[in-house]
Formats: sequence, C-alpha cells, structure tokens
Amino acid sequence: MARTLGLFKTAPPSARFGAAVVVAYGVVAVLAPILAPYGETQVVGVEFAAWSAQHWLGTDDLGRDVLSRLLYGARNTIGIAIITTVLAAVVGGTLGLVAGTLRGWVDQVLGRLVDVLMAVPSLILTLLLLAILGTSTFSMIAIIAMIEATRIFRLARALAYAIGAVDFVTAARVRGEGLVWIIFREVLPNAGAPLIAEFGLRFCFVFLFIATLSFLGLGIQPPAADWGSMVRDNATLISYGQMSPLIPAAAIALLTLAVNLIVDWLVHQASGLRE
Amino acid sequence: MGEALLSIRGLSICTSVSAGTTEILRGIDLDLQRGTILGLVGESGSGKSTLGLATMGYTREGLRIAAGAIVFDGVDLTRSSEHQRRSMRGVRIAYVAQSAAAAFNPARRLFDQSIEVALGRGRQGRRAVTEGLIELYSRLQLPNPGALGRRYPHHVSGGQLQRAMTAMALVPEPDLIIFDEPTTALDVTTQIDVLAAIRDVIASSRTAAIFISHDLALVAQMADRIMVLRHGQVVEEAATREMLRAPREAYTRSLWAAHEFRAAPKPMCQEAAAPLLRAKDINASYARSPVLREVTLEVHAGRTLAVVGESGSGKSTLAKVIAGAMAADTGALEFAGESLAGGYRRRSRAQLCRIQLIAQSPDTALNPRQRVGDAIGRPLTLYHGLRGAARQRRMRELLAELELDPDRYADRFPGELSGGQKQRVCIARALAAEPSLVICDEVTSGLDTIVAQDTLNLLSRLQRERNLAYLFITHDLTIVRAIADDVAVMQAGRVVRSGSRDQVLAPPYDPYTELLLSSVPEMDPDWLDGLLARRRGGH
Repeated sequence: MARTLGLFKTAPPSARFGAAVVVAYGVVAVLAPILAPYGETQVVGVEFAAWSAQHWLGTDDLGRDVLSRLLYGARNTIGIAIITTVLAAVVGGTLGLVAGTLRGWVDQVLGRLVDVLMAVPSLILTLLLLAILGTSTFSMIAIIAMIEATRIFRLARALAYAIGAVDFVTAARVRGEGLVWIIFREVLPNAGAPLIAEFGLRFCFVFLFIATLSFLGLGIQPPAADWGSMVRDNATLISYGQMSPLIPAAAIALLTLAVNLIVDWLVHQASGLRE
Repeated sequence: MGEALLSIRGLSICTSVSAGTTEILRGIDLDLQRGTILGLVGESGSGKSTLGLATMGYTREGLRIAAGAIVFDGVDLTRSSEHQRRSMRGVRIAYVAQSAAAAFNPARRLFDQSIEVALGRGRQGRRAVTEGLIELYSRLQLPNPGALGRRYPHHVSGGQLQRAMTAMALVPEPDLIIFDEPTTALDVTTQIDVLAAIRDVIASSRTAAIFISHDLALVAQMADRIMVLRHGQVVEEAATREMLRAPREAYTRSLWAAHEFRAAPKPMCQEAAAPLLRAKDINASYARSPVLREVTLEVHAGRTLAVVGESGSGKSTLAKVIAGAMAADTGALEFAGESLAGGYRRRSRAQLCRIQLIAQSPDTALNPRQRVGDAIGRPLTLYHGLRGAARQRRMRELLAELELDPDRYADRFPGELSGGQKQRVCIARALAAEPSLVICDEVTSGLDTIVAQDTLNLLSRLQRERNLAYLFITHDLTIVRAIADDVAVMQAGRVVRSGSRDQVLAPPYDPYTELLLSSVPEMDPDWLDGLLARRRGGH
C-alpha cells in the first residue's frame, strides 16, 4: 500500500487528477447523509421545481431534491459497482489462474463455459436472466459479476499461461509445490500490474452497465437514488431546456474518465514503457 | 601503414543522468588502419559494445559522449551534425549485431531489407545492387544465393541469417564494419563457417573491421590486433601474436587462465558400484516429433556426467525428463535403486528433493518478486520443515557458502543482482534441498569467462564436499574438458558416444565427436587456418 502511494508521487497530472476525482467521489459516497440537505426519498416540494436557493438543482418528477439524490446516488451506484467488480475479479481471476496453471481438462471445461457466456451479448443475457430471477439488487450483482468475470478469466488465464512457461514456475512445480503456492506465490505476484489495470477498466464497465440497467428500469430499484434511473426519471425535462438530467449523466462520465486516467497510467507502469 | 581510417582520442562516455554521472568509457585511444581487424575483448559491462557503437558517433539512449574525438576518415564525428553522421552509418560504417534473428525485420524479405541502405545512397540502380548482394551471398558460401534473398528471415537458419546480415552490411561497400559478438548465438560447428566466411570477405575487400567478443580464442582467429577492455578502460593493446605469447597485464593473464581451467581428476569409478541414476531407452517427443531416441545413460554419486551436443540435439529435453518437468514417452528411469516415475506429479517429495535442476538462464529461474532469502528458504521449509530462526540461520549459511554476504544479499530481489550472483542464488536454492543429483543445464553459458570459471570452481568444490553427482549439460567442450568425469555426446536426440572423459575426448573419435572437438576455438591464431586446411584436405 505504501508503495502504491509512493508511486503516485511520480504520477503524471492526468493520473493525479483521476485519483483526486475518485477520492472525492468516495468521500461523497461515505458522507452522503451528512452532506445532503434533504433525505434520499423525502418529498420536499412540487414536482419539477426549477433551480433555487432551497433546491440547488431543483426537484424531480416526485418532488424530491435532485442534489440530495445525486449525493445518495454516489453511494448506491459506486457501492454496488465496487462489490460487483470485486466479486468478478475474485471469481474470474482465481478461476483464470487455476485454468492457466493446471491446463488440461480443467482449462478446457472452464474455457468453453466462458466462451458460451461470452458468445451471448451481455445486455441480452442480463435482461434474460433478470426476467428469470426477478429484478433485485442481489441478482443484478450476481449476473453482472458473472458476465464481467468471464473477461477477467480470459486475461488471468493468458497471464498464467505466459508466466507458467517461465523457468521459475517450472522450478516450483518440479520442487513439488502445490497449486495454491504456485498460483498465489509464483504467478499472482508477477501478474499483479495487468490485473490491477484490468480491475480498473472492469469497474468502469460495471458502473456503466448498472447505469444502463437502471436507465432501463431493471437496475437499482426505486425509491433508492441512482444516477442511471435519475437520468430516465427526469429525461422529459430535456425537451424544456432544463439541464438537470444531464448532471447525473455528467457524474457518470466524470467518474469513468477519472478511473480510465488512473488505469492508463497503471498500464503504462506495468508495461514498462517510457513516454 | 598510411593514415589511420579511424582514430579515437581520449574518448569518454558517461550516463547523461544529471545526478551522479557514471563513466562507461574512460580515456580510450584507438587507431585502425584500412584492411585490418581490431579485436575488442572484455567481460559484459566492460564497455566494448558502447565503444563499438561510438565508432559510428552513436551512443545508446541515456549515454553521451563527454570528451574526446572520433575521427573517421578525416571527419570528427563528435563535432559533425547528426545529419552528417546518419549519412555515414550503414554506408561507410556498418554494424553487424549479435542476434541477426532479432535485427532483421521478420515481415520483410531478406533482399528488400538488405539493399535498402545501398539504394538510399543512390549511386547504383536496384539491379546492380541486387547482383552485388547475390555475389556476396555466394562469397559467404550461402546456399542457393540467387533465391535466398526472396525468403523471409525465419526461413533460414541462424548461421545463414548471421551471414546474410554480414552481406547486408557489406553491400554498400563500407570502409569499416563493426561486428558485435557475431557468432555468440551460434553453435560451435556453425560458428566456424560464419567466421571463415567473414574473414575471407573482409580480407578480399580491404575493409577495416572491429570484432567484438568476450571469447579470446575467437578474437585470436580474427583480429590482427587485440584490445582488452575492463571497466571502460583499456587494459592492454598489442598485436595478436604478441599478446597471446606474452600478455603483460594480470587481468589479461586471468582471461587466459579461464581457458585453461581444469578440475582435479577423480579416481575412476568402480564398475561394480550401482549408479545413482540410470536412464534406459528414453524416448520423448514434443507434439509427436521425437526429440529423444533411446537415450541410455548412468550418473554415479560424486561424479560429473557431461552431456554435450549442439542446440537441437535434445540435451535440455533430457534434463527436463530426468528432473520430471516433462514425462518421457517410453523408457525407464531408476534413481538410487528405486524406479522413478515420469512426471513430477507422480514422484515422491523425497525423490523431488534429491534431484535438483539448475536452469540455463538465472534471469528467468528466479521469481522476480521473491527475495533471495525467500527463494533459498522455501526448499528448507518444504523439504526439511525448517521455520523461523532455524530456516534463517541455514539460509544465511548457504549464502555464505556460495560467497554471497548474507547481510547484503538476503533481502535483495533478483533484479538487484548481477548474472553471476543470480546463478549463485540458483545453486544455493538447489543445495538447500540437500540433493544427491544436481542437473546443471548450461549453467555457465550466460556468464562471462571469469565469472563462469568461478562458478565452475564453486561447483567442483561443492561436489567434493557433499559427494554430489552432476549431470552437466553443455555445448561447450572447454567446460567438458574442465570438469567432466564421464561424457555423453548427443546428436539429433541420440547418444552417439559415451564413456569416461579420457575415452571420449581421445582418439579414435567417432565423426561427430571429432567435428565438435575440432570446432572449439583454440588460443592459437593459426588454428582456424589449420582447421580449414585440414577440412578441405579431408573432403
């Protein structure tokens, strides 16, 4: 951890900016109840009120304060995205490293299974599974994590193959080391940088995907605040020249950009390229 | 002796980092006449490649010329513009890199990339240049010179590619060619052809050349004068014969001595004693193409069996099969009286512990994210259950035994060690298991002459102290002569000759052993001429 922080001292301005944005979002997500002027689901005024001193960003279609919902939305959207990405990374990463290290039939079975999942467009697969399982936050997390895990599986497997061919892994195998040692002590420490970069990228995709689902009404369910559904709920305002629905959209865009800036720099570090 | 073609005066090159510049070269003086070959000898890090590149007025990224003059045919390259220097490179000064396979563009035909520079010069048309190239190909004794250039680099062998690169360098008729370790990546038998071809072509074209190598015996064949470099300074410079007869400096003599190294002979093994390892009729293959065919050999406790052969002869595969990294298709392995299963998964931990493999490249054999202490400590825990202070103590003993200071090295990562130090760590890791048999796969091929000699000394000492058996895989017959008790010669997956060192390395030879033996460069400037004359006479 200290080393990661130390690395940031030499980071270019773009990565520093990205890090600052991510930290700011995190603070907002944690402190939402303190920062927000009103409650998350509290109806405080008339519907679609204009921007004013009481309601800085106006009110939404039910008369709830948009600023408060924006701050609470950070909580829901980012929190769920992080849980989903971690789940996807742990499952996909572990299975990928196991498949790439063991090879043989384990690799074949897992690999073909992942191929099947990847062959179906992810939005269609998600809609199908949500229709079967019912829309709940839990099933949404499970489904998106499974889909994203296939991508992480691919990368982890490829890395395990490449690193597994290097002499020190052969040495460990011939020494009689078990699978757990080989994966976590020999392969994983050398696959760290690309996997971290992939984690950041996956976080962006998960985050956008949740927003998409919420926009379609299948993601985070009302009355919980969420940026995707906020865009949809207030979308009609666009035709009246009001920019309120663009603000949650901008919040999504900014976070995606910030994470990408950090990831770019991490990939750069990992590949050892110099400018 | 006319005016020198190249004359370097007081050349210093240092790193261009502002904080704490390091001098890579210091006060180099050098003169080169037309039609002569200068040999540059030194260990890696001695600055010989940097000096080679500097003769083109070029430095690698991160380096700069701090002082001195490089006068090439009357023009000081340190004062000329980058444009002027570029117009000379490739045309008047050419460079032949160590690995032709890496230096050629794999996506273009040999002709196309070979004539580029000559065409750019604009004096000759495409047809004339191509004809010149074909003529060079035939002078370099490349097969089917007319058609060779239409091939892609991966279509031709390493030795042919190295000659094709020499031809490419010669096409624009340069005044000076720099050969940077041109045969290091080649087999001994191929090396001879390339060396002979290079020398003949240079002699007939009155080109000057700088021949860079870490192998003194090679340089002795090629060069008229030899310059020995160490730590960026000239140790000694003299005409080849003079230097070979009477090296002045202690360092030069130590380079000579490395060539003469011999381990103390051991008593003959008693035929009655059961071998530690017996391999019988081993067949192994990669993707159904056979690599080992009916290999049979025995290794005795306390003795060294050297397995010799060219690359592709199957020696490394044999090492993998015995170490268990790869299962043989058929055949039987027997270790200490017990039968030994094919793959490592089916071997007992005790068997895995008693056979240890030291891989060819220490750079890849150590996990870059594991500290030296952990790398050596792991087998102690795994095989002998040592933990905590006991493990720490044993690990430090092992480091000390390999002449690495435990206080300085135990906490380092492999990236913070030199090649020789990494190889010592690999040896320490193998010894930590307390094995009976150590398989050494080309352990010295990546190391400098003197470091390699130290490593061999160390291995001999450890063998005496611990009664270790070594299976020593090498392509280098000098090493075989130095440390082997028994020798097995491999060709195309078969053992073509085996026996004690004195039996195998003494007449009557079988043809392949004789070819291998005669291809090892000797410290005699007339050796190559003599060899070529004998071979031509023989055929």
